Amino acid sequence: MSNKFIGKSVKRTEDKRFITGKGRYTDDINLPGMTHAYILRSPYAHARIKSIDTSAAAAMQGVVTIMTGDEVGHYGVPCGWQVNFKNGDTMKEPPHPLLVKDKVRHVGDAVVMVVAESREIAQDAAEAIIINYEVLPAVTDASKAVEAGAPLVHDDVPNNICFDWEIGNPKAEVDEAMASAAHITTLEFVNQRVSPNAMEPRSYIGHYDGVYDKYTLYTSTQNPHLIRLLMCAFVLGLPEHKVRVVGPDVGGGFGSKIYHYTEEALVTLAAKKTGRPVKWTETRSEAFLTDAHGRDHVTKAEMGFDGDGKIVGLRIKTFANLGAYLSTFSTAVPTYLHGTLLQGVYTTPKIHLEMTCVFTNTTAVDAYRGAGRPEATYLLERLLDLSALEMGVDPTELRLKNFIPAFDGITQPGYQTNVALQYDSGNYHGVLQRGLEMLGYEDFRKAQNEAAASGKLLGVGFSTYIEACGIAPSAVVGSLGARAGLYEVGQVRVQPTGKVSVFTGAHSHGQGHETTFAQVVADRLGIPMEDVDIIHGDSDTVAFGMGTYGSRSLAVGGSAIMKSLDKIIEKGAKIAAHKLECSPDDIEFADGKFTVKGTDKSLGFGDIALTAYVPHVYPANLEPGLDFSSFYDPTNFTYPFGCHIAVVEVDKETGATKVKRFIAVDDVGNVINPMIVDGQIHGGVAQGIGQALLEGVEFDGNGQIINGSYMDYAMPRADDLPMFELDRQVTPCPHNPLGVKGAGEAGCIGSTPAVVNAVIDALWSAGHQVKDIRMPLTPERVWSAMQ
Amino acid sequence: MPKITVTVNGTQHTHEVEGRLLLVHYLRDVLGLTGTHVGCDTSSCGACTIHLNGNAVKSCSMLAAQADGATITTIEGLASGDELHPLQVGFKEEHGLQCGFCTPGMIMCAADLLNRNPNPTEQEIREGLEGNICRCTGYHNIVRAVQHAAGQLEAAS
Amino acid sequence: MIPQAVDYKRAGSVSEAISLLAENPDAKILAGGHSLIPAMKLRLNSPSLLIDIARIPELRYIEVRDGGVAIGAASTHHDIISNAEIQSRYGVMIEAGELIGDTQVRNVGTLGGSIAHADPSADWPAALIALNASIKVEGPNGAREIPATEFFLGFFYTALEEGEIVTEVVLPAPAAGSRSVYRKFMQPASRFAIVGCAASVTIDGGTITDATISLTGVSADGAFLDEAVGAALIGKSASLETIEAAANAAAEGVELNEDHYASKAYRKHLAKVYTKRALAGACGL
Ligand SMILES: Cc1cc2nc3c(=O)[nH]c(=O)nc-3n(C[C@H](O)[C@H](O)[C@H](O)COP(=O)(O)OP(=O)(O)OC[C@H]3O[C@@H](n4cnc5c(N)ncnc54)[C@H](O)[C@@H]3O)c2cc1C
Ligand code: FES
Ligand code: FES
Repeated sequence: MSNKFIGKSVKRTEDKRFITGKGRYTDDINLPGMTHAYILRSPYAHARIKSIDTSAAAAMQGVVTIMTGDEVGHYGVPCGWQVNFKNGDTMKEPPHPLLVKDKVRHVGDAVVMVVAESREIAQDAAEAIIINYEVLPAVTDASKAVEAGAPLVHDDVPNNICFDWEIGNPKAEVDEAMASAAHITTLEFVNQRVSPNAMEPRSYIGHYDGVYDKYTLYTSTQNPHLIRLLMCAFVLGLPEHKVRVVGPDVGGGFGSKIYHYTEEALVTLAAKKTGRPVKWTETRSEAFLTDAHGRDHVTKAEMGFDGDGKIVGLRIKTFANLGAYLSTFSTAVPTYLHGTLLQGVYTTPKIHLEMTCVFTNTTAVDAYRGAGRPEATYLLERLLDLSALEMGVDPTELRLKNFIPAFDGITQPGYQTNVALQYDSGNYHGVLQRGLEMLGYEDFRKAQNEAAASGKLLGVGFSTYIEACGIAPSAVVGSLGARAGLYEVGQVRVQPTGKVSVFTGAHSHGQGHETTFAQVVADRLGIPMEDVDIIHGDSDTVAFGMGTYGSRSLAVGGSAIMKSLDKIIEKGAKIAAHKLECSPDDIEFADGKFTVKGTDKSLGFGDIALTAYVPHVYPANLEPGLDFSSFYDPTNFTYPFGCHIAVVEVDKETGATKVKRFIAVDDVGNVINPMIVDGQIHGGVAQGIGQALLEGVEFDGNGQIINGSYMDYAMPRADDLPMFELDRQVTPCPHNPLGVKGAGEAGCIGSTPAVVNAVIDALWSAGHQVKDIRMPLTPERVWSAMQ
Repeated sequence: MPKITVTVNGTQHTHEVEGRLLLVHYLRDVLGLTGTHVGCDTSSCGACTIHLNGNAVKSCSMLAAQADGATITTIEGLASGDELHPLQVGFKEEHGLQCGFCTPGMIMCAADLLNRNPNPTEQEIREGLEGNICRCTGYHNIVRAVQHAAGQLEAAS
Repeated sequence: MIPQAVDYKRAGSVSEAISLLAENPDAKILAGGHSLIPAMKLRLNSPSLLIDIARIPELRYIEVRDGGVAIGAASTHHDIISNAEIQSRYGVMIEAGELIGDTQVRNVGTLGGSIAHADPSADWPAALIALNASIKVEGPNGAREIPATEFFLGFFYTALEEGEIVTEVVLPAPAAGSRSVYRKFMQPASRFAIVGCAASVTIDGGTITDATISLTGVSADGAFLDEAVGAALIGKSASLETIEAAANAAAEGVELNEDHYASKAYRKHLAKVYTKRALAGACGL
């Protein structure tokens, strides 16, 4: 494999269309005869529908059709992951109908869909629909929803409990370890609900071609094939080969565009019914109500230490809010993507998590950048820094004392945790030490003391995270309840002229696959990048795929492509051997040439490609063509890790926090394109800082979101953030061909606790010994903590 | 219905429009210029930013009728022919975009900033882009993209 | 988000705007539209007719008059902050104007629109009160001039009568030795003021001879003149002790605003902190 491109910050090939306004997002697509849908939603968090009167709307000029739950309420979207109760019972899985006909369960629950000639008419008509509701009391807080007498979101789900679950060592062992502890740090906190806010609102177009009996769905999704599979097999019962799902350019996802949403099925049904294309694009207000939210845990966590500062045990009880309905991956997030990460990078010998997953009258909660792993990291890293403060030791020394020693996963075995996973390779000391160098730790502590003397509050916070990505080994996740395999598909089609089309089941919505994957292919084949085209996002052109989430594209999707490339080269060697009259074993392939070992006899990649398609001089028993498709199913997750350090200044008088510095040293394994990896870290860090300081969906007592617009929901803007200071270490992944681990979520996983720890550190430096401030750390909350 | 005449990216158009038609919908739906995006419904995100008579404005917060007689530039009209605007180059060179959804608005806003202040500091760039939300990049490389363009423009002048 | 159907007319002159308004009781004036159109998109406001006054030439100017400055109502926020005369003499206008929304908003939104709208967290009202500005309005019954202190009457509520429009804002000549500043604590999402303090202070030989302090965002009733703070300053030496004591008097006895970003108690506290910071700026401390 040459390295002309790999490891280089190659500029992105996809940029040209975006910087000239030629990107093609779903809402940019207009089909002839297209109609527009508007969805009338519940204004109440919990109410019985008494009656729906659509007659006035139906009579309006330009209204094409109106659909209600009576017509489509028997269709519902499924959950993709089954988790069982501790006692083995199956989780409660109430239906999530496309349109509700009996009882609405959150503000924004869909009740009626109007299809009209224009967006304007559809909305005007929806305003003419009269729905009578009987309003019921609502519950939004997971820990309250399980109390006796709480309103029931689903009448047949007692105590609103979807399931309870545990992981780790037997509880009694953990209790015993905790009883022996010299110090226990207890932290009760909320990991608040956030709204993903990909900048492109969700948008779908349903199309039905009666001549070919073929459906097409254009959708702003992270995984077109998965949507096709779910919609065909579990929702509408359509024949899969008669359905094409296209995910064109997608304006960010962060998890929120993984799931199969009701509106995707609705526009598909409406297109068939009306015989015309139907477009639905949400407004931002709707996005706040309907795009799956993230996080929302209420936790009590205790970490025990012996007299030397070694962790002896970790005991956790958490309520996770799933919202009103189960979204596609929702049940996996608090469990297998969270509980399994509670070892962190520490040698903690005894760990126990008790998890209760709960329905409430709120928008569904599912994976949001990091998905479960940020919650685990937040819990651990907050406990580490707080324990250091409580025990009067340095937070970095406490970490060094408890880190798992470095291991490469090749000569040394992987690290078996107490929470099911086996880490692949790691060097946790390395990233912390590099972070401290970049920070200038001693100087910082001096500056902090001086600042304190002059009335300024400076703080530093650490986070040494680990995550599991490269999702996922199918057999493993299958045994844990996943209802799909999580392999990836990569097809490499060498065209007769030696140009290469690559079809990947991964989907780019900002990650730059068109560039990174082309770098890999060009280097493996020794050809220019311009000769490689990466094609994704269309179920009719790409054979199959599971999409992009869980930082899996390169580790899993890239590996699938590598497998196909190996097959191409192997076959190419046979063709070359035939033409060069030697044994295939004597052929070596490098820099785009098949060469007879030890000679200067060689044939170029283009010659071989042409021969494969014009097989006049060709090996017997070898099929023509040079086109391979491979499925890659990883043998393990990958485990990126890193050290994030935040330096903050807190305004003593107002409680306002400014992030002065943010240092991130990440180890994401091998790096194909450093520029793109850095960009992923930047974006993740910004979102993580956002959760720490600015973001959080807030409900009032009636279940209304009180900050469901950009006028109220704060996200980082350019002047809220500093330039980030990044560095990298490389511990290759031992079990995939590229040695890559994944970088899409790392920034978001590591950063949040670093920032909160820094604020707490600042407050302690001024004698305010607070344990926790509820996120987001708004100025008022920080100020109150100092009073 | 008001009748409007506008010059968009150098081409004059005349249309009768509904009074309530937003300028962004006029550009996207009537003229087919879909490079201008809609990211919110509260005038907050800047994805819809265009130039109206040379100034950056949020086209989601104006009626098409208000633009009658105006000269408009959208992202599609920023380059001169095949030659990209220095900001377009800067965004590509410095990886100032990921999903690309905020990018047209970001570039149009940054162009106004550089018109007024050809040599902005990092802080001035950050403040100048406060009306535009990017969820992907954390702004780090957007700042560098604008600095890159400022450098190019200075070198050229 | 699409507004309800609405007619649109562009007025060529102030008198035409006034008569259109008189003929159409459900009509609304449209200036920059940066408060009105967002509200119409959310269907919080659905007038039958919009009367566009943004391009009336007699409403868009900034000129020196009688030692002060007169600003036409349709002048944009950007027109104001980029005006050299205002830059050199009315610091509070520049500091407040630069913190309104963002570049795009400042390019379109107008002074007249902002003050007619009278958002309880808007920035211009505080600045105008601190400068002792007056506001000219014109209606079917002729023109009148209203001091800023009497113009802002409450929550989205002003002294404008039915059928009247704002035509001009007059900033009086600043007294010798005076300095005016604006300090704002922003709501992190909308960036409107949780607390905005405009202060204009005149110092003669180290003694404060005049002080006008106004707060916005603090009260649900919008911007107001905080007379207690002014009274606590006048006649005192311009020192840190003085301003600290005066700032402590801020926002007492007002009906406080509250939202999920700032409780009443916190707002009141911020009002004092920001009053102190504004006074420090105005006194050059
Ligand atoms: C994203 C965003 C952020 C903002 N941030 C801030 C901020 O931080 N601080 C701040 O102060 N403001 C802020 N604003 C509001 C902005 O300043 C508006 O421009 C201003 O409030 C209204 O001015 P306009 O010209 O746009 O008025 P319009 O929206 O056209 O009109 C507003 C109201 O005033 C009436 N009106 C307009 N002109 C006149 C007139 N001459 N006489 C009588 N009535 C009239 C209209 O009928 C309407 O009822 C923000 C707006 C947006 C969209
Ligand atoms: S779409 Fe115009 S500001 Fe968001
Ligand atoms: S690049 Fe995706 S929102 Fe900015």
